[in-house]
Amino acid sequence: MASAGTTGSGFLLKKGCIDQLTPQLTIEGLTLHFGGVTALTGIYLEIMRGEILAVIGPNGAGKTSLLNCISGLYRPSEGKIAFEDREITQLAPYQRARMGIGRTFQNIELFKHMTVLENLMLGRHVHLKPGLISSGLYWGRAQREEVKHRRRVEEIIDFLEIQSIRKKPVGMLAYGLQKRVELGRALAMEPTLLLLDEPMAGMNIEEKEDMARFVLDVSEEWGTTMVLIEHDMGVVMDVSDRVCVLDFGRQIADGTPEKVQQDPLVIRAYLGQQQ
Amino acid sequence: MDFFLQLVITGLVVGSVYALVALGFVLIYKSSDVINFAQGEFLLVGAYIALTMVMLYNVPFLAAVALTLGFCVLLGLLVERLVLRPFIGEPVISVIMATIGLSLLMRGLVQMIWGTDTRTFPGIFSDTPIRMGELVVSSVYLWSLALAILLLVVFNLFFKYSSTGIVMRAAADDQMAALSMGISVKRIVAITWAIAAVVAAVGGILLGNINGINPTLAYIGLLVLPVVILGGLDSIPGAIVGGFTIGLLEALAGGYLDPIFGGGVKEVAPFVVLVIVLMIRPYGLFGKEIIERV
Repeated sequence: MASAGTTGSGFLLKKGCIDQLTPQLTIEGLTLHFGGVTALTGIYLEIMRGEILAVIGPNGAGKTSLLNCISGLYRPSEGKIAFEDREITQLAPYQRARMGIGRTFQNIELFKHMTVLENLMLGRHVHLKPGLISSGLYWGRAQREEVKHRRRVEEIIDFLEIQSIRKKPVGMLAYGLQKRVELGRALAMEPTLLLLDEPMAGMNIEEKEDMARFVLDVSEEWGTTMVLIEHDMGVVMDVSDRVCVLDFGRQIADGTPEKVQQDPLVIRAYLGQQQ
Repeated sequence: MDFFLQLVITGLVVGSVYALVALGFVLIYKSSDVINFAQGEFLLVGAYIALTMVMLYNVPFLAAVALTLGFCVLLGLLVERLVLRPFIGEPVISVIMATIGLSLLMRGLVQMIWGTDTRTFPGIFSDTPIRMGELVVSSVYLWSLALAILLLVVFNLFFKYSSTGIVMRAAADDQMAALSMGISVKRIVAITWAIAAVVAAVGGILLGNINGINPTLAYIGLLVLPVVILGGLDSIPGAIVGGFTIGLLEALAGGYLDPIFGGGVKEVAPFVVLVIVLMIRPYGLFGKEIIERV
């Protein structure tokens, strides 16, 4: 189980000790309408610092909508979202990314015409010094910056074991590898909260095991808080500290994987009502 | 042979201006999937502003160019803010209609302010033509060519290596991913419009020095459409190669075929080639093929 906080990695200490009791992200009364359709209804959720939270639910339950509300692609119709004690409900997605919210997408959203390395370097964008002039003209300083970021990116490439493909355009890569590169790009941002939308969808067992291992390693090494949407119950039980279950836009259960598995509401949502 | 070379040089000069205007088209298309029908009017406004500063206020030519470019940055930002941004999330066809409206508005304003007479820049480049062996080329032509090529090279380097350029490419590639990387796509689109207005203005000033300025100069925006489609709507190298290709085609067709057919071939030739190229390569010469796995 990925209860980070006991390992002594440098990154982890830098961020302060991981305390699963303080919420990093708080969602209060979140409701989301699309015209007449209600995608999410009155969601209250606290995501604790350093935990791995799995969001599960049948298709169309609102899992991705919830992630999109957190990352800012959707603006909720009602309710508040606070991140690191600051309300972010009205902030644009790029501002939230700069605050440390990273994400991957269900249908891979990579810069397809760029190489793996370029994609990961773009993940460093949030850490670049701003300024049009400096980025265009001061070659010396810009180059030193680049070396620094490049080193970080190489660490991530080693971590994800994608050394051999770093110069390949991502559009040419196999699906499973693209998923891995997308995770790498999100990691390059050094997010403190990482949202993973079905990181293992469409993978074979071996690829799933690799991905599950990376998720646990990220948690252990950097103490990153993670919210992941996943359909594979085996993976969910192995990886997550806590599970939140959605059905038709409502939160029907929340707790440890074992507890949620026994919950009659959850069983009914997945298997249908017994006559 | 001389006649041929003369035509080639004319073609390259006109082609380099086409390439500049096409660059603006491509940038806007890449960053926001919009074809900007007001690109020709940006060129017109740039040319008139520079002309007014030189003629009316006696600003030295280079200073006038610099001021014009500064003005065009503002114009591009303003247009993006007032005309384009309200259309975020609307169908692309509405946005394109908005740019057509914008082009009519700008052309009307230009005619109100400056009238419809053809005006010429005072002789900025020396009148004495430059001799290269047998060939005689006016210095305006050479300067235009050199400036246009310089600008194209600078922009190419900018997109390849500067971090703003790389971010612009990223945003053009996948907006959603760019947002999640902390990139403000709105800001990128605004920069794109500013650059598009600037390159168009440079094209306008160069053409103004060669042929003089009148409101019909704006039609170059439409003439450049085959250029961008030929090169591939989303390819910057394509815009450059396409610009020179169409420029050369026009000049050669005008020189050799017009006398035979009694004129008109010059205008049609680019479109004939365009149709042939598109039959073989539907995405244009350098356009990116969109392959979807099913």
